Amino acid sequence: MRFSTFIYTIKQGFANIVRNKWYSLASIATISACLFLFGIFYAVVINFEHIVDEAQSGVAVTVFFDEGLSEERIAEIGELIRARSEVDHADYISAEEAWNSFKDDYLGEYADGFTENPLADSSNYQIYLNNVGMQAALVEYLEGLDGVREVNKSEVTANVYDSINTLVGYVALGIILILLLVSVFLISNTVTIGISVRKEEINIMKYIGATDFFVRTPFVVEGILIGAIGSLLPLAIVYLIYNNVISYVLNRFTVLSTIVSFLPVNEIFATLIPVSLAIGVGIGFIGSFITVRKHIRV
Amino acid sequence: MIKLDHVSKSYSTGAPALNDVSLNIEKGEFVFIVGDSGSGKSTLIKLLLRELVPTEGTILVNGVNVGKLRHRQIPKFRRNIGVVFQDFRLLKDRNVYENVAFAQRIVQVPNREIKKNVPSILSIVGLAGKYKARPKQLSGGEQQRVAVARALVNEPPILLADEPTGNLDPTNSLEIMKLLEEINERGTTVVVVTHNREIVNAMKKRVIAMNKGVIVSDEKEGTYVDEI
Repeated sequence: MRFSTFIYTIKQGFANIVRNKWYSLASIATISACLFLFGIFYAVVINFEHIVDEAQSGVAVTVFFDEGLSEERIAEIGELIRARSEVDHADYISAEEAWNSFKDDYLGEYADGFTENPLADSSNYQIYLNNVGMQAALVEYLEGLDGVREVNKSEVTANVYDSINTLVGYVALGIILILLLVSVFLISNTVTIGISVRKEEINIMKYIGATDFFVRTPFVVEGILIGAIGSLLPLAIVYLIYNNVISYVLNRFTVLSTIVSFLPVNEIFATLIPVSLAIGVGIGFIGSFITVRKHIRV
Repeated sequence: MIKLDHVSKSYSTGAPALNDVSLNIEKGEFVFIVGDSGSGKSTLIKLLLRELVPTEGTILVNGVNVGKLRHRQIPKFRRNIGVVFQDFRLLKDRNVYENVAFAQRIVQVPNREIKKNVPSILSIVGLAGKYKARPKQLSGGEQQRVAVARALVNEPPILLADEPTGNLDPTNSLEIMKLLEEINERGTTVVVVTHNREIVNAMKKRVIAMNKGVIVSDEKEGTYVDEI
């Protein structure tokens, strides 16, 4: 094939968008609407998960040791704990730090009456998990360790967070799947209708001796372009909305900023851009390719 | 040039559309194929264009066995046959120049050649001044001239015209037929499927009459057969 012919077919794809501007606009609007809903929902869900994650990362398991356990064994236990995959980090609190903290929190000036550290055997590890759902397994492991006297945990809190996490995960997955299916259906339907209307054009091309490549390429280029524009538009809108809504919420409800933190827009868009583009461009490409193939065997 | 040897074409239901048809059209001939609806004319055109494959028999066009063509060989085969339809089948969103140039782009003619060839063929069909017009800005006769120009721009040895005057008034019909005759005189083999009795009778060309999928008469300098 001549290079100029190849360029011509690509140019025709661009020209088709202008020639069939109402169809192009309808397709772009459909893709944009679907991906806009998807983008907004994704931003909400991912933030909700982030907030739950942050909250659950504050849930700690505390490990106390047998009386008189050697420093070496305590350090060894620390290493074993940190090696666990479910452990995000573990802080060692010495008996002295525990007593100072207790004094500050509860006793204040009344602490002066104590000459010795009454929490002499209260050195501990405070363990923070990356997934509270694994708390029970970790506690079982910790209780089995030599030198461990007691393991404190908040089972109710862990269970609540774990349930929320699981529920949000399933609901989000379900809604995202439904949104994706609706998007795929609507977008491919629009592409299919648009091409079927131009079935006659395909027939004419085939009757005068056009190859499948020559017929198909402009349609595929058109599908890809419509998909790309249809995904970039909602991305830009979601970007603007997200930034403005977050700063509005944080300014309007200042107390919120002390309780929760929202994900930065870049972090959300690191996933949203490729996924939206893949859906838009992918469906544009596959939809046009398959639909043209249906009419091309003349 | 075109040879059908005991060709039959059956669809899944009903009687065969073509039944044991044999015919031979020589290079440079002008042939009318006439017959009522359901006589098999359209099936014959579709077979010659390799839109359909014969159920039995052999079709040779330009020495190519049409029934044996693979899908990817069809485009190249069709480039040797210019085709004109009753409903013109122009690309409505492109102007006259682009409609004709399109046929050249398909066979990968360089742009500089297209710029010479298209005006040249448009002047032959009498539309040199309307190259910028869109199909809907043209009369039926003019649209059919564009279709003829598109069919001929690649200089195919064969021109198939399927009811080319079906949508035209008598004056335009006559002009289109004169145009096809001129093209024939330049050496192109022309096969015209038509219902138009007046034109067939006036032109005194070879007439092949079909009825119910069978050739019922084949006369040189024939006339439209009234009682088939």
